[in-house]
Amino acid sequence: MERHEMQYQTVHFNLNGEDVERTVDVRASLTDMLRNDFRMTSVKKGCEVGECGACNVLINGEAFNSCIYLAVWAEGKKVRTLEGLLGPNGELSDIQQAFVDEAAIQCGFCSPGFILTAVEILESGREYTDAELRKLLSGHLCRCTGYENILRAVKKTMYKRLGKELPQ
Amino acid sequence: MSKSVGKSVTRVDAYEKATGRAKYMDDLCGREALIAKICHSTIAHGFVKSVDTAAAEAVPGVVKVLTCFDAPDIEFPTAGHPWSTDPHHQDVADRKLLNQHVRYYGDEVAVVIAGDEVAAAQAVRAIRVEYEELPFVLDVQEAMKDGAPQIQERCQNNILAHSDVRRGDYEAARQEPGLIRVEGWYDTPTVQHCHIENHGCFAYEEAGRMVVVSSTQIPHIVRRVVGQALGLPWGKVRIIKPYIGGGFGNKQDALYEPLCAWCCAQVGGRLVKLECSREETFVSNRVRHAIRTHIISYVRPDGTLAARKLEAFSNQGAYASHGHGIVAKGMNAFPQLYPCPNVECDSWTVYTNRPSAGAMRGYGIPQAMFAGESHIDDICQALHMSPLEFRRKNLMPMGYVDGFSKNELYSDTFHQCMDKALEMLDYRKKFEEYQNQDGPVRRGVGLAVFWYNTAVWPISLESSSCRMVLNQDGSLQFQTGETEIGQGCDTAYSQMVADAVGVPLGDVHVVSTQDTDVTPFGTGAYASRQTYIGGFSIMQTALALRERILAVAHEQTRMPVSNLDLVDGQIVRKSDGRILKSLGDLATESLYSLEHSQHITAETTAQIKSNAYSFGCSFAEVEVDIPMCKVNLLRLVNVHDCGTLINPALAEAQVHGGMSMAIGYGLSEELKFDEKTGKPLNNNLLDYKLSTFMDHPALEVGFVENPEPTSPYGTKALGEPPACSGAPAIRNAILNATGVAIDSCPITPHVLYRKFKEAGLIND
Amino acid sequence: MYDMKALYQAKSVKDAVALRLAHPGAQVIAGGSDVLVQMREGKRAGAELISIQALDEIRGVSLDTDGTLRIGSMTSFSHITRDPLIQTYINVLGEAVDQVGGPQIRNIGTIGGNTCNGVTSADSASTLHAWDAVVELTGPGGVRRQSIQEFYIKAGKVDLREGEIQTAILISKESYENCFGHYIKYAMRNAMDIATLGTSVNVRLSADKKTVERARVAFGVAGPVPLRAGTAERLAAGQPVSLELAEQFAQTVKEDINPRDSWRAAKDFRLHIAVESAKRAFIESVRLAGGVL
Repeated sequence: MERHEMQYQTVHFNLNGEDVERTVDVRASLTDMLRNDFRMTSVKKGCEVGECGACNVLINGEAFNSCIYLAVWAEGKKVRTLEGLLGPNGELSDIQQAFVDEAAIQCGFCSPGFILTAVEILESGREYTDAELRKLLSGHLCRCTGYENILRAVKKTMYKRLGKELPQ
Repeated sequence: MSKSVGKSVTRVDAYEKATGRAKYMDDLCGREALIAKICHSTIAHGFVKSVDTAAAEAVPGVVKVLTCFDAPDIEFPTAGHPWSTDPHHQDVADRKLLNQHVRYYGDEVAVVIAGDEVAAAQAVRAIRVEYEELPFVLDVQEAMKDGAPQIQERCQNNILAHSDVRRGDYEAARQEPGLIRVEGWYDTPTVQHCHIENHGCFAYEEAGRMVVVSSTQIPHIVRRVVGQALGLPWGKVRIIKPYIGGGFGNKQDALYEPLCAWCCAQVGGRLVKLECSREETFVSNRVRHAIRTHIISYVRPDGTLAARKLEAFSNQGAYASHGHGIVAKGMNAFPQLYPCPNVECDSWTVYTNRPSAGAMRGYGIPQAMFAGESHIDDICQALHMSPLEFRRKNLMPMGYVDGFSKNELYSDTFHQCMDKALEMLDYRKKFEEYQNQDGPVRRGVGLAVFWYNTAVWPISLESSSCRMVLNQDGSLQFQTGETEIGQGCDTAYSQMVADAVGVPLGDVHVVSTQDTDVTPFGTGAYASRQTYIGGFSIMQTALALRERILAVAHEQTRMPVSNLDLVDGQIVRKSDGRILKSLGDLATESLYSLEHSQHITAETTAQIKSNAYSFGCSFAEVEVDIPMCKVNLLRLVNVHDCGTLINPALAEAQVHGGMSMAIGYGLSEELKFDEKTGKPLNNNLLDYKLSTFMDHPALEVGFVENPEPTSPYGTKALGEPPACSGAPAIRNAILNATGVAIDSCPITPHVLYRKFKEAGLIND
Repeated sequence: MYDMKALYQAKSVKDAVALRLAHPGAQVIAGGSDVLVQMREGKRAGAELISIQALDEIRGVSLDTDGTLRIGSMTSFSHITRDPLIQTYINVLGEAVDQVGGPQIRNIGTIGGNTCNGVTSADSASTLHAWDAVVELTGPGGVRRQSIQEFYIKAGKVDLREGEIQTAILISKESYENCFGHYIKYAMRNAMDIATLGTSVNVRLSADKKTVERARVAFGVAGPVPLRAGTAERLAAGQPVSLELAEQFAQTVKEDINPRDSWRAAKDFRLHIAVESAKRAFIESVRLAGGVL
């Protein structure tokens, strides 16, 4: 068996607002780098082939499954994980609080990925119908919640940010 | 006193999970861990003749390659059942760490231990296994035939177990003149749990003992099984269960903890991690039993039942796991749900060359309800009777007592649940409206009820232990052996503890992690038992703790215990309601007293010898696009009577999840196998169609609260029941819409295409 | 961690071509949603990869001077869907690629990758076939253009030659002008799925909207590669708009398609769905074009 030629590369990127650099094995996925080098436990491994959404992070504002994204591709990018949403004193962001309040969290394994996609949705500043929200959130699988309370949490936060009443 | 039970308080673990800080198995594993990876069989049945490991061992980074010829010749059971000291009631021990006789495509042949995952994967690919192939069988009834491939040496015709129920005289009763005979065969699929966190574990040795941190529902049981599998005294094994990313019954088995522990022992106790890939989770963990059910009912024209017969064939797969318990539970529900004086039931659990079937949310009841509730609507079609009225006439009445379990239906649950659900769906109006449609797109409504019982008594032991430790500030920690797996038991328990002890909820700290070295014994998360069973030990332990607290209060206040109470964390004199001191002051003084220092704690074990029915129903509305062979589920309503709701918001969330599973079961989920090779075809989350965010309507939930008299908190099963009746309700709605009775699930477009062609609705 | 032998990261199209020549055995990786998945499965384990992920020069949608719509090969599905030029001239393509997988896959997946892996079920492929797309390939000898039909050689194999990378997908003005289309993805669930059958129809109507000037239809998963149903197209051309025409058009697609039996779906079922989808997509295309049925 031929040994892979060890290849390392230094990646410079912005992680949750902070400029960072790490020398990584080029074979590493972004999930590997975030979990192993930055100990970001919010980035979960559920399938490692882009089918479940548990490893979702925001790259330049868009949601990506970090399991099928090479770590070295993060060069020059702005990467956000769930850890970046927390206030300086551990305050939850509005969308995290809505997940808590709407009982949208059960086992908690899909929650970080979902919350980050919700951030992308909310930051668009647009109002979406239920059907549109379902589609925008459809890159994540959840086996505990039937998605129902997740929809409620995202919808509630969307209306709150838009300064509108939540329709009944 | 401010009651906590009955309120929708926030989950105790919500913050940790909303921030990603909650630690799951892999978050706790040291990055220095060696990686174990399994070499699975690539044939469905046969013997391993030889394993060539030379190339694998040559892969840089590989520490060790172990094969089925190295593994100890010990057979062990894996089911997450309480152990029985009676050998006749023990689980079947038919599993080895690695197998020379491979019995399904994906069986464990060898294992590689390497420095990293890439080296481990390369080495697994480099292993060369030579097999002597044997014929294999995937179908449950084929496997029972004479001459079928023999999968487990110990079982004639592959029959792991058979059991029956007899009431009255079926043969005589069916001779009654004027009876209408309705017969059906119903098939349910092999499906998988699909918790988002795959099973995984890591093992290391510490002070001569084996420590395994695992994503499991049943730490105390896994400790016993690891001991059995490795031939270790059980006290030499320690299992730690952190937060887990769902289980749904798959992790109610010892999965790879024994193998991981053995690997660890083979490399001198170094840290070894074994994580399943999603593909492995589908095939080499556990699946839900596919069950084929044959039902014959003899019915009078007035809709009363004269005689009924049921035969159920349960596809066990390669190894016994939970075995016959699943189909037996479904069979036992049959004569109870629609009582009939003359009943003949038989059920068989049969080995095949499929993945091993074990526990999965509902434990045989989703299968039994798909068959049974589909059949009820088939009867209604034959009688031209409304499905609602037939059920009203025949369902288990209030006051019914089951002779074996002594369960009693204390309330008019079925009628109350159906009344609520039919109102939520506007069922009667729609049922009328949807008669006699003839367009390409049609709508229909359907319903199904379910039978469920809580916990495992009297089949098995039911006990739970609880420990409470009072802190200096008057707050307390409590622990039980029952596990939080996402369902919310840590929160429900905290509410129960707060009320029973008499402290504010904020002063109750749950120890979420189970560690068999420090956690009192409890068997874990299964059988929808925890809120019911845990309630007994929590109440009992809380009373013991209160007694100790009030005894100390007597010492400190000189008031007689009979005049003292503990309310909201305050010691109160009952006669005038005066607060004498806070529990914190009492605890501090008690602990540091130079005269009589006491650490106030309590620990008790409750053995539970009761059980509780937990019933409800699903109502569905569908739109069927006949030319496209598609079902659009417009609405799904579930109504449950699980007694008093401990936490209504979490209860509702639990029901949502079960309904979601039922939707997949009804419409899309099935693990498929190649008939020619036995190879699984769709063991990934793309090809296995578990429902996505876009495959659901809004999920509607209702509750009827009849407090369960046997429970100290009036509660009973809710974890599994929501998964039980959704699929037949959808099936019956399709029947209502199209007149086509589907006899299997999932009801995919492929199935509808064939059935619509047969019915002349599609003419190609 | 991926089992890759080496990673070469191209900084420009020119650089990518040089890397392709220097490492002829290496696999080009664009977004990664196919190549990395195959690598994890073991199929491409141990391979060398040439990453073109950083090539912003072939990202984005623009109009060439002759009115040709140019879609850079590295443009992600989500960017195609949101692009104003796509929305104006070939909205159906935006709608089709908006049904690939889920949102994260649509952010990572590129139209170049989707066409270069040569898969019949690709959601972009049937629409690109139905709109006579042209593939632009850049290699050591410069730029080469090829019709998408010829680009697909067989299942999993496209006409990507030594040293080449795909740099754009082009839709001519003649193809998109006054043309309206509809795509039906038939799958087993509504998200995160691959097509059991993909049907893309488009029509151009006469000025009075009464006559079909041109109808085109292409299918994914109706054969080993995406394919056109020419007999049905010829049948519809020049015919008055009617529901009967929709029915005839749909029935005629059976002349040209050849779906197979697989564990995912049976041949007769796919044929049935193809006819029904063709009818519905035809009706919807006519409606979008302003026709009345």
